[in-house]
Amino acid sequence: MSEVKFMKGNEALAEAAIRAGLDAYFGYPITPQSEILEYLAIHVPKRGGVVLQAESEVAAINMIYGAAGAGARVMTTTSSPGFSLMQEGISYIASAQLPCLLANIVRGGPGLGTIQPSQGDYFQAVKGGGHGDYHLIVLTPSTVQEMADFVYLGFDLADKYLTPVMILTDGALGQGMEKVTFPDYDPAKKKVAKPWATTGKSPNRSKNVITSLYLQPEKMEQINEELQAKYTKIRANEVRWEEYLTEDAEVLFTAFGLGSRIARKTIQLAREKGIKAGLFRPKTVWPFPYQRLKELAQQVDVIMDVELNAGQMIEDVRLAVEGAVPVLFHGRMGGMIPTPEEVLEKLEANLQPAQAGISQQEVAL
Amino acid sequence: MSTQQDLICEQIDNIKMAKVYERPDSLLDVRMHYCPGCGHTTTHKILMEIVDELQIKNEVIGVAPVGCSVLAYDYLDIDMQQAAHGRATAVATGIKAVQPDKYVFTYQGDGDLAAIGTAETIHSANRGENFLIVFINNGIYGMTGGQMAPTTPIGEKTATSPYGRDRATMGAPIDITGLLAQLPGTFYATRQSVHDAKAVRKAKKALTKAFQYQKLNKGLCIVEIVSNCPSGWKLTPYESNQWMIEHMMSLYPPGDVKAPSKEDLQS
Repeated sequence: MSEVKFMKGNEALAEAAIRAGLDAYFGYPITPQSEILEYLAIHVPKRGGVVLQAESEVAAINMIYGAAGAGARVMTTTSSPGFSLMQEGISYIASAQLPCLLANIVRGGPGLGTIQPSQGDYFQAVKGGGHGDYHLIVLTPSTVQEMADFVYLGFDLADKYLTPVMILTDGALGQGMEKVTFPDYDPAKKKVAKPWATTGKSPNRSKNVITSLYLQPEKMEQINEELQAKYTKIRANEVRWEEYLTEDAEVLFTAFGLGSRIARKTIQLAREKGIKAGLFRPKTVWPFPYQRLKELAQQVDVIMDVELNAGQMIEDVRLAVEGAVPVLFHGRMGGMIPTPEEVLEKLEANLQPAQAGISQQEVAL
Repeated sequence: MSTQQDLICEQIDNIKMAKVYERPDSLLDVRMHYCPGCGHTTTHKILMEIVDELQIKNEVIGVAPVGCSVLAYDYLDIDMQQAAHGRATAVATGIKAVQPDKYVFTYQGDGDLAAIGTAETIHSANRGENFLIVFINNGIYGMTGGQMAPTTPIGEKTATSPYGRDRATMGAPIDITGLLAQLPGTFYATRQSVHDAKAVRKAKKALTKAFQYQKLNKGLCIVEIVSNCPSGWKLTPYESNQWMIEHMMSLYPPGDVKAPSKEDLQS
């Protein structure tokens, strides 16, 4: 039975986690996401389950490792500086192939930064973060509805591929309130067998060991190859994106999460002025939808990437486009949010030179 | 070919011998990487004897973080998780949270527990987590090649304190078991050793109690094993035990640091 509520994004994420059958949550307070821990602390014990406030994000992620390794459905959430602290543990979890859900409600950085929204942690989320060759599946909600939807999806993908999945979002979506519908979801029906979990060695099976240590390089290479084979499968099966008014688009905006909402509004303003603009919004930024973006690049004159950072996803956009068309950029940093008007202004200032094949840098000169 | 030798062999076969010693079932018959004379092997053995004697093999989950014992899961025939350096008690907290009826233990060295993992150690005790910390304290980093540990005695020369540990610049040895005993969440804190038969029997008794106490759900147990490191100390196994008695046990005297009272033991 689905249910409609009006909630903060952080609360929607927390409520969805409970409805998805969360067994245990371990986390540490940090703005702008402490509501998740607070919400779960109220509601989880009543419904059965564990909520534990750890002494640090370092401890929290290792509790996740332990509980995931013992077969539980587990989640932790944090914001940028906390996510940096978790990187060591995330690398171990990826290597040990444990399913879990992580969320980074990103704030402006670097350093202690600010508590305002940002997309400055894109590189950390999709290009690594911790040590070694691994990836997380990275989901980027753009509405409070998706803050909830991606929790169910994230848990299921984590179980399917035995991998950590992360939700990459920001303070605006975490703190903002919108209508959200919680779908029918029966965790019991989604429950998968975890014969590898450390639950105590029964006489009818060999011991289970959760580890990421392989001292023989031949074995370590083999483990790496297994991981890469899994990532190849994920790239083939789990790429997700959304398009808006791309059919006749001559100008294509690329943006994710909060940035995509600004781009949508800009597109409406642009179309009022007769500029045929459309949006390509990756929902998964790892795996990134390179192929579809490459196809769209053949159709449009120019691409404009909009982010709340100095330009991070734009590197993946350019990889997809392979120089077929100019790629413009507009971004704000440090917790400042670009307005549709300033994005449009930047577009208009650069549109004709870009269509003529002159780069943004040359225009600036 | 009936020689006298065959006759003797036949007689021996006919003698009913009482089995006085055997490898515990849960200790795998594999070659260990530990140095000759190291306390890890004895500690592994008595731990697995306890698992067999208490018949809890199907209910026990161990955690081995970084240190010489990081490969403990290769020797122990039980479910185990390998943990990041210093994070064993956080990992154990996660396991115990979702498997509250299981016996959970960590097996940590002094670098792991008393340096990089101090925060996790103290807060696990402060939360009163119901698992057991087996703490091997040999006052040195064995795995990385004999560097100074937080527990290294003053004046002791190591690879990173080549002129001896200087209190003014390198601090004093830290007594983690004594520290944890101060916290209300710690139920049982004891210091043992495994350098001779009597000590082994006492250590086994302490570890057995510590496993049994988990069922009371009354808090953390820590069993410190004051141990040796013949390779790190550059001594023979015998000399290393002598050195341990003289220099380590004066700093870390064996015995209970915090023992539950009779009332505490009521479930």
